[in-house]
Amino acid sequence: MKFSVSDRPIDVEAAKIAVTDCHCGAFVSFEGWIRDHNEGQAVERLEYEVYRPVAEKEGAKIIDEALARFAVSHAICIHREGLLELGEIAVIVCVSAAHRGAAFDACRYIIDQVKTRLPIWKKEHYVTGVSEWVNCEQCAAAGHAHGDHRHE
Amino acid sequence: MKTRVRYFALFREQAGCDTERVDWSGGTAAELFRLMASKHPLLRSQAAALVAINDEMSSWEASVNEDDEVLFFPPVAGG
Repeated sequence: MKFSVSDRPIDVEAAKIAVTDCHCGAFVSFEGWIRDHNEGQAVERLEYEVYRPVAEKEGAKIIDEALARFAVSHAICIHREGLLELGEIAVIVCVSAAHRGAAFDACRYIIDQVKTRLPIWKKEHYVTGVSEWVNCEQCAAAGHAHGDHRHE
Repeated sequence: MKTRVRYFALFREQAGCDTERVDWSGGTAAELFRLMASKHPLLRSQAAALVAINDEMSSWEASVNEDDEVLFFPPVAGG
C-alpha cells in the first residue's frame, strides 16, 4: 500500500523496511509530529478526521506522481486518523532512491501535496478546554504560503 | 433533480448535519453550495474549500447530475 490511513500508532521501522532496496543508496523520511502549540495557543491533543475513500485514492495518486517526476525507487506515506497525543507521529513519508537529491525532492513533494490535496482535517484541543478546527484561512492570516490550492 | 450532499469537519458543524438530500433545479457544485449556504445560515464558503463528486475530486464549476453525491470539504489540514 503506497498510501494508507491508520488509526493506530505508526510503525516507523516497518515504514522504512517497506522502501528498503539494495539498489538504493539514499533513504529520506519525513515525520510530522503533534506539537504543543499553534498560533500562540497551548495545544493538549489533536484529532484528525479523514475521509478515507477520497484520501486513499488521492494519496495513491500523489505517490504515483512522485515516482513519475523524480528518479526514486520506492515511496510510501501513512497518515493517522483519530485522537493523537503530543509527540505522536501524525504522518510519515519514506522514500528510497539511487541518489539523495531525488529522494529529498520526492519526499518534499509528497508531504506538500498531502497537506493541500487530501480530505484530512485536524481539530486542536487546547489546554483551555476550547477546541477548534484548523483551517487554511487561519494559516493565511498567519502569513503561511499555500501552494496550489484550488479555489472556489 | 435530487442530489445527496455530505459535509465534513467544520462544514458539518456549520450545517448541523452530515448528510442531506436536496431537490433542486440543478447547476454547478458552487451553485449547490450557495443554495445550501442559504439554507444553513452558519455555512460559509471559504476560499480554499474543495469539492468532490461521487468520491472523485472535482471543480466548483463542474455540473452536478441527477443522483450525484456531492461532498463539501472545508479547507484541508493534513500533516
